[in-house]
Amino acid sequence: MYDFEFVKPSTVADAVAALADEDAMALGGGQTLIPTMKQRLASPSKLVSLAGIADLQGVTTGGGSVSVGGATTHATVAAEAGAYPALAALAGDIGDPAVRNRGTIGGSVANNDPSADYPAAALASGATIRTDRREIAADDFFQGMFETALEDGEIITAVDFPIPEAANYQKFKQPASRFALVGVMVAKYPDGVRVAVTGASENGVFRWKEAETALTKDFRTDALMDLDINPLNMISDLHGTGEYRAHLVKVLTKRAVATC
Amino acid sequence: MPKDHGIGASPKRREDVRFLTGNGQYTDDINIHGQSHVHFLRSDVAHGTIRSIDTSAAEAMPGVIRIFTSADFEGVGGVPCGWQVTDRFGEPMQEPKHPILAEGKVRYVGEIIVAVVAETLEQARDAAEAVVVDIDELPAVIDMKAALEDGATKVHDDLPGNLCFDWGFVEENRDAVDAAIKGAAHVTTLELRNNRLIANPMEPRVAIGDYNASNEEHTLYTTSQNPHVIRLLMGAFVLGIPEHKLRVVAPDVGGGFGTKIFHYAEEAFCTFAAKAVNRPVKWTSTRAEAFISDAHGRDHVTRIELALDKDGKFLAVRTDTYANMGAYLSTFAPSVPTWLHGTLMAGNYTTPLVYVNVKAVFTNTVPVDAYRGAGRPEATFQLERVIDKAARELGIDPIELRRRNFIKPDQFPYATPVALEYDTGNYDATMDKLVEIADIRGFGKRKAESAERGKLRGLGINCYIEACGIAPSNLVGQLGARAGLYESATVRVNATGSISVFTGSHSHGQGHETTFPQVVAEMLGIDESQVDIVHGDTSKIPMGMGTYGSRSIAVGGSAMVRATEKIIAKAKKIAAHLMEAGEEDVEFADGTFTVAGTDKSVAWGDVTLAAYVPHNYPLEDLEPGLEETAFYDPANFTYPAGAYACEVEVDPETGKVDVMSMTAVDDFGNVINPMIVDGQVHGGLAQGIGQALLEACVYDDDGQLLSGSYMDYAMPRADDLPSFTVDHSCQTPCTHNPLGVKGCGEAGAIGSPPSLVNAVVDALSEAGVTHIDMPLSPSRVWSAIQAAR
Amino acid sequence: MPTVSMTVNGKTVSGEVEGRTLLSQFLREGLSLTGTHIGCDTAQCGACTVHVDGVAVKSCNMLALEADGAEVRTIEGMANPDGSLGVIQAAFQEHHGLQCGFCTPGMVMAAADLLAANSAPSEAEIRAHLDGNICRCTGYHNIVKSIQAAAAQLG
Repeated sequence: MYDFEFVKPSTVADAVAALADEDAMALGGGQTLIPTMKQRLASPSKLVSLAGIADLQGVTTGGGSVSVGGATTHATVAAEAGAYPALAALAGDIGDPAVRNRGTIGGSVANNDPSADYPAAALASGATIRTDRREIAADDFFQGMFETALEDGEIITAVDFPIPEAANYQKFKQPASRFALVGVMVAKYPDGVRVAVTGASENGVFRWKEAETALTKDFRTDALMDLDINPLNMISDLHGTGEYRAHLVKVLTKRAVATC
Repeated sequence: MPKDHGIGASPKRREDVRFLTGNGQYTDDINIHGQSHVHFLRSDVAHGTIRSIDTSAAEAMPGVIRIFTSADFEGVGGVPCGWQVTDRFGEPMQEPKHPILAEGKVRYVGEIIVAVVAETLEQARDAAEAVVVDIDELPAVIDMKAALEDGATKVHDDLPGNLCFDWGFVEENRDAVDAAIKGAAHVTTLELRNNRLIANPMEPRVAIGDYNASNEEHTLYTTSQNPHVIRLLMGAFVLGIPEHKLRVVAPDVGGGFGTKIFHYAEEAFCTFAAKAVNRPVKWTSTRAEAFISDAHGRDHVTRIELALDKDGKFLAVRTDTYANMGAYLSTFAPSVPTWLHGTLMAGNYTTPLVYVNVKAVFTNTVPVDAYRGAGRPEATFQLERVIDKAARELGIDPIELRRRNFIKPDQFPYATPVALEYDTGNYDATMDKLVEIADIRGFGKRKAESAERGKLRGLGINCYIEACGIAPSNLVGQLGARAGLYESATVRVNATGSISVFTGSHSHGQGHETTFPQVVAEMLGIDESQVDIVHGDTSKIPMGMGTYGSRSIAVGGSAMVRATEKIIAKAKKIAAHLMEAGEEDVEFADGTFTVAGTDKSVAWGDVTLAAYVPHNYPLEDLEPGLEETAFYDPANFTYPAGAYACEVEVDPETGKVDVMSMTAVDDFGNVINPMIVDGQVHGGLAQGIGQALLEACVYDDDGQLLSGSYMDYAMPRADDLPSFTVDHSCQTPCTHNPLGVKGCGEAGAIGSPPSLVNAVVDALSEAGVTHIDMPLSPSRVWSAIQAAR
Repeated sequence: MPTVSMTVNGKTVSGEVEGRTLLSQFLREGLSLTGTHIGCDTAQCGACTVHVDGVAVKSCNMLALEADGAEVRTIEGMANPDGSLGVIQAAFQEHHGLQCGFCTPGMVMAAADLLAANSAPSEAEIRAHLDGNICRCTGYHNIVKSIQAAAAQLG
């Protein structure tokens, strides 16, 4: 690892100020960033830990939504997001127990790893990503593998998840990393069903609109019978071809609906 | 009632206390005053010509002590290969030089080009980034068959081609085997790949070189399974350091599984560099480095034919294998696909004719060598898979087909057509036990229950036999080994009767510190707490060939028994003197010497004290002291064997395989510590299941390792595995070693892959699947189902 | 260089570190607590697992400065005050839950983390909780047994 300056501000404003340096980076739980830095693939001159900012901590429920502070760990969400059980379950199966004790929602969402779980939850829930300077709809936030709408130095302060009538997340784990080889989140709202897919696409997390339309009309697995998803832009690697991933998207969507 | 001490008891492991409290001392826990750190700059291309190396900028960087390239190693030998195979035409194998640092060319991703020694590791890494290496990239040779085609790029320009050797065994049987196959009522053929694996002991390799200029003594601390072998190879063949000036210490070692047998360039480098910079030099492998520098395992491509008569009797086996050597020959690499593989192709069966052809091939990949089982898993897998396929083709129950061909108990000792003589065994007994404890008869009910949940359940069984406890030195010498394979032990009895046993075996998880004292204490009738084991340091132990091939108790334990027998013989003489009796009248039991027919007795402690305080002692006939050394060279291999069963559930929608049960019935002969033997089998099963289900070392066509971290190389985790059922109650003791033991370290890894694959094929047989190559990952299983449709 | 202070196994410690110093490095090199092991670079093997403020974390994946002011517990702090093995440690010895010992400190810390939250875990829950701890020797069979035995004893 290259050396860097470490700072741990206690307010969002101080963190934003600290991040004004060109080579500064925000540090959530570090569960992805630290291994990346160990490989010398990232070289910030300054790391700004968000762990000391009380405003970014915790889960609050009210007004039909669950709001998760940007520096809240996966373990905390698993324990405290009971009002949105599928979200709590998703958080409780990210990584492993020790990773869940450190990793944060803000870090995960900001990184937008194509195999991460939270982006599927945010997109399927039509979540709002709140930052130090604005609110961004999940549909606008995720912009392709490792790409988001965040500006340099912008900090995720919270993610607001509208609570659905029913929801379920199905994760098929890649055998080595245990990240999602494919993950599908289905969430049913009064105004329609949303289906978000992670792990599968070269373009990162995406909504399977055809499935949403079909499920909004008829929320049963049979509604998916005639649908297929194009494997063209699916990831192919040593753990599975694009065809296999496309197949899994459908299987997992059906299972998610059946489990809702 | 199980025994509570001695042979056959399961005392708690004494080494556990230090491991459970954080007080183990692994090599990386050692820091020597004044030590420096080395970072190795490794090739990131698989094949290329080194045009130039510019270290000038790096040398000026903070903390840099010295930067080494191959130019610094002129006059230093290469990493030696310890086994020379002779090909089917009587010619020796092709043996390229294996330099410490790359000379002129790089031949695999991970090969060391430059070594930077600095005050701190981060300074060494910083400086390595400033080294400029100019490499002309060449096409990489990755696929073995392509490597042997005319005009293929050569890994080694100075060799005729990429063929290391073309081995035939038994060459004289070749035509007879082909004729038997041609004339047989039925021939089953199977093409398969035995997947390339990475051993992945949890402790990465570490080497620390230290040099004392005042007496010219070198010390190497290293993560080795056999410190004396490293001393011999490195001292004699690489650096030219005589044994009395070279001490090799392997302290607590965090798992080996074969990959810590070999002598590696990093060990030679640290030893060499410590003298060159006159500072201790430490290297600790990262896991990423381990993936591209630890020797890999397996990697065979095989076509096997099994000829049967109309009644299902095996007539002949022919197998043709391509074995990957990687870019250079690792220490024991040539022995693995040949003598540790071809000699096992008779399996547990009376097959009269066997022919094995192996073409060993150089490729632009990490060297490949022994990994848990080494050759024997490759033999067992193909044989037990082709038998299962034959059973299916012939409509014979796979257990019945095996039974028809078993070597029967009254046929031992049994000479196979592939050179081995099995001393003892009872294969029907292990199969009977398996049928009972795996509840084979209840499978149909479980299959129906799985079907209700939409899962396809399969049952697979297999047998295995292995040759371990290697082995007679005169035999392995004829077969090409450049070392003897005996073991030594010194039993030092102290004045007050306590004992230190110095063994050449090395424990890196096997529990020798507990099991070896069980044997000595039982022989002497004293408390186990009075016996301690010393191992892992060439300055303390007379000689040692180390621990691999399930040889510690069979060979190292036997040496210890022989030394203890010498102790008893001498102690009896001393006791006879003390009791004023004839030596022939002295009896020794339960730690007390008595004279037959009298009430005379002396205790163990009286005798040991007399040996060291010889006031009343037969000094004219006997030297004082009580310390004996024995070297034991076995008369034969030992032959553990067994029968395994696996049940799986396959999710037909996703291809995911869940292992529902794994049952292992092993005949290990006599067992010293049942708890530890069970544990060894459990670990072997996990690695076998890992090979069959999860683990794959994959290179792309350019020679880049795609599975280069735990993100892509699937290690078995707790929730991938079931609890196991293991049994070793069928015991046919080895007939030629004093303990009647056979060895248990590798069995689980050898015996489990075929039963797992047989089970998945069984589950998918109605879908038309006849074979899937390992690992049976979800995507592969799903693809096989699609292809069969 | 910045200074870091924390409580490790009940003792207040402090030392100078760099920004990049990992908690595992601080423990091993700064405090000579070498029971915490490093088995990988990608935070998957779990040999480096310690407790920070009462929960399990991977100390090779956390900066020493992130633990400033924290309560840290390592394998060296798991024995009873008289030096005898704690319940979980003793169960691992009794049930042969370790072989080479390298993953063992992380396993014990993960087990303690589980049992603090769930006093009577099922076999499946134990296996799931060990998701981030790799053992190459035991096949996990006896680790699971050890944790079950410790759970029974701790009640």
